[in-house]
Amino acid sequence: MEIIDKKIIEKVEKIAKKKKAEFPESYIYDISEAYVRRELTEKELETLIIRVRKAYERARVEAGEAVGTVAAQSVGEPGTQMTMRTFHYAGVAELNVTLGLPRLIEIVDARKKISTPTMAIYFEDDKKEDEEFVKRLANRIGKSTMNDILKDFYINYAEMKVDGIIDEEKIEDKRLDKDEILANVEKAFKKVITINDNKLTFEPAKPSIRELRLLADKVRYLQISGVKNIGKVIIRKEDEWIIHTEGSNLGDILEIDGVDKVRTTTNDIHEIETVLGIEAARNSIINEALRTLEEQGLSVDVRHIMLVADMMAAEGSVRSIGRHGISGEKSSVLARAAFEETGKHLLRASIRGEVDKLTGIIENIIIGQPIPLGTGSVGVAMKSNKNKSK
Amino acid sequence: MNKAKIYINGELIGTCDDPIDFVGEMREKRRSGEVSDEMNITYYEETDEVYIFNDPGRARRPLIIVKEGVPLLEEKHMDELEKGEIRWDDFIKLGIVEYLDAEEEENSYIAMGLNSLNEDHTHLEIDPSTMLGICAGIIPFSDHNSSPRNTMEAGMTKQALGLYVSNYALRTDTRAHLLHHPQTPLVKTRIIDATNYDKRPSGQNFVVAVMSFEGYNMEDSLILNKSSLERGMSRSSFFRSYEASERRYPGGQEDKFEIPEKGVRGYRSEEAYRHLDEDGIVNPESYVESGDVLIGKTSPPRFLEEIDEFGTVAERRRETSVTVRHGEKGVVDAVLLTETVEGSKLAKIRVRDTRQPEFGDKFASRHGQKGVVGLILSQEDVPFTEDGVVPDLIVNPHAIPSRMSVGQVIEMVAGKAGCMEGHRIDGTPFNDDMEQITKDALTANGFESAGCESLYSGTTGERIEAEIFVGVAYYQKLHHMTTDKVYARSRGPVQVLTRQPTEGRAREGGLRFGEMERDCLIAHGAALALKERLLDESDKYEAIICGDCGMISVYDKIRDKKYCPICGDVDSYPVEISYAFKLLLDELKSLCIFPKLVLEDKA
Repeated sequence: MEIIDKKIIEKVEKIAKKKKAEFPESYIYDISEAYVRRELTEKELETLIIRVRKAYERARVEAGEAVGTVAAQSVGEPGTQMTMRTFHYAGVAELNVTLGLPRLIEIVDARKKISTPTMAIYFEDDKKEDEEFVKRLANRIGKSTMNDILKDFYINYAEMKVDGIIDEEKIEDKRLDKDEILANVEKAFKKVITINDNKLTFEPAKPSIRELRLLADKVRYLQISGVKNIGKVIIRKEDEWIIHTEGSNLGDILEIDGVDKVRTTTNDIHEIETVLGIEAARNSIINEALRTLEEQGLSVDVRHIMLVADMMAAEGSVRSIGRHGISGEKSSVLARAAFEETGKHLLRASIRGEVDKLTGIIENIIIGQPIPLGTGSVGVAMKSNKNKSK
Repeated sequence: MNKAKIYINGELIGTCDDPIDFVGEMREKRRSGEVSDEMNITYYEETDEVYIFNDPGRARRPLIIVKEGVPLLEEKHMDELEKGEIRWDDFIKLGIVEYLDAEEEENSYIAMGLNSLNEDHTHLEIDPSTMLGICAGIIPFSDHNSSPRNTMEAGMTKQALGLYVSNYALRTDTRAHLLHHPQTPLVKTRIIDATNYDKRPSGQNFVVAVMSFEGYNMEDSLILNKSSLERGMSRSSFFRSYEASERRYPGGQEDKFEIPEKGVRGYRSEEAYRHLDEDGIVNPESYVESGDVLIGKTSPPRFLEEIDEFGTVAERRRETSVTVRHGEKGVVDAVLLTETVEGSKLAKIRVRDTRQPEFGDKFASRHGQKGVVGLILSQEDVPFTEDGVVPDLIVNPHAIPSRMSVGQVIEMVAGKAGCMEGHRIDGTPFNDDMEQITKDALTANGFESAGCESLYSGTTGERIEAEIFVGVAYYQKLHHMTTDKVYARSRGPVQVLTRQPTEGRAREGGLRFGEMERDCLIAHGAALALKERLLDESDKYEAIICGDCGMISVYDKIRDKKYCPICGDVDSYPVEISYAFKLLLDELKSLCIFPKLVLEDKA
């Protein structure tokens, strides 16, 4: 994209304003670009803007259009073609990410605990080609246990103790700090450990075989490094170095130096909401839903998904579609009762003495009135003081 | 190590140490006749379980036993069989042939033929086509078809009309179809011979041309030759039996077969009874239509003491006649009078209806190639071959390549060859040399070996530029017929509870404008069209709403006055709502919820 002189953009903006055209930024830019490229005259530019305005206004959704229903149908119809059986390995072969219909359901249900949280960590420009840096970071982020750095490990039943020998090479390979590890281990097994150079000896508090075995497991699975909630990490070189993780912890990852705060993402929408706010969450819903659909080879216009995301994020927190979210919070008793949990809603309405204003679509279908949409959204108004002027 | 579990007919009965030897021993005992030959035994290595089955209803099939790569069935056995010295049963007694069920097949390694036999095989197919059942066995050249098409055909052949029994004239099946002039297939299989399909055939041999014709055979529709139909091709009869008995009720009363008198409750028009004889039962061979009474019957009143206005008990009998079903017609084929087990009079009436193929009737070849009639074309307009042969049926070439039902193509070539040679062709699957034989037969009779011919347009007489594939295939008429399904309704009966139209063709019901259809009208913003569908054309109701309490008021017809049962004589207003909504309000009231309608002027 070539850079267009700011003055030209300002000029176009000014004319557009004069012609009462409210264009989004990208339109202004495109027009300016055409203005420069085609060497248009002032007059031609004006005509262009008027024409674009007309086309723009024609393309706008009319008032009274059933955008919600159209969006629902536009997402729902391709949804029927999605196969239920989707536990694909997409993108990263080693990572198992929920996709397809289960993932789509997960998104619109706004699940707090998603089944496969995962992150894609990008790096700042000066670090993104630095393999050594990325590897070291990956080991710091990824979960390592004692098991990963032990050279030898055996349970000595005769002497009732557990012996482990640390492999310095492995520590080196993982770019971990041996002293730090030892300190960690010592902290975790205060009473039962004796450290002798690389040899660690653990003795159970009570000398029984059961205790001994439990201790052995505890030693082996002791986490010695890694960020909370993150399990396996996979380093991949696409156009640059990227770390994919199993599990997600956006807040902690973003605090690490060298991590690109702009591009690094997670697929956990709620986490994005808490760390980056509701607008980011809305964008994340759009991206995740669109990606899920596209992965299945289905094309749905973004605007339908944007509407869904807007609805979900409108109240300032991510709400689910369905009886616990948007549909369950409708003001109309009849509309709620017609959806799910009929009895509950009717009962509550009768206890509280709720009044249904009958302004929605569903209510009007139930009572048999024209719905306030499309042809039903227009009425006839008459000025009552017309007679006087006669 | 754990012992292997042994199950008999799914029930755990014991364990054994050496399952493989045990299973082998049991099999030997079966072969020697020590144990019933109807026992099947299987060992599953993965779960270490032995399954023995001997209950009825398992599908089993015969296989030749193989020992060390040599089949036990020898030439001398075949000679003896031919001479009639031994019979099939003896093969089983001798332990040469045994029946395996689906379970025991898991433990066997079956050779398709002698040429593929090796040391590891445990069994040998008598013929590869014995693996097919009755339905799949009817398909000729099924080894050339794609499996979904074979599956479809195996399902469809059960829906084909034919000569389903030979004593149909003596039976009173509630529903029965009978194909007129059934033919034995020109291309048969050995399974057709084995199952005596030829004695109960269910189709006819059609001369088929594969070409498009004016677009009337798009999307699997078929074009039929009208003259062929008039000659009786694919004509069938439909029988429906009705029955009624003179039931006895406690209290000595009983039903009576008679022509009901005018005073009877529920009396139909005199017209409806016109076919009845004196005994109240129709005359055979009379033409009846829906609503006509077949058996005139009256029953005693349901509640004994029904007091009329003068305080006397009136004995008004109810009309309970049996009429011809809605949407059906026909000729009374047979009238049967007998007794029930209780000894009361029983009448059975069979009504017959001739079905000549019409638009929308379903047909299928034996290769899962189903379609409905799209056009019935006069013979003079049907393209014809050089020899003047006019096809009975024109199918669209697009029906073949994507479905890969090559068997149909081969059947058509073989059928054509069979016609010319004057004998039937064997189309048993896994018989590789049929192709060349049929091709040679065609060339010998002056045809192109592929079966293509030049056709001449029936309308202009011009030669059609493309060569058209013409052959003879066995086609089946399936029991999905237009007359049984065509339906439309404008106004009609409604349900008592909701006042919405009834459901289903038999009840003259409406066609449901469902939730998704409703969504479409919403999406289009067609508010008034939607209201018309859901209210005006369904269960519109004018409710009178009390202006005070918001509940439904009552209209007193005698005094011509509206009043509210709660507030009494106050203002009330007519409001158009759906009856279903009124019902909802009533049901809420029955739940002690008090719904009120607050009225205001229309905006």
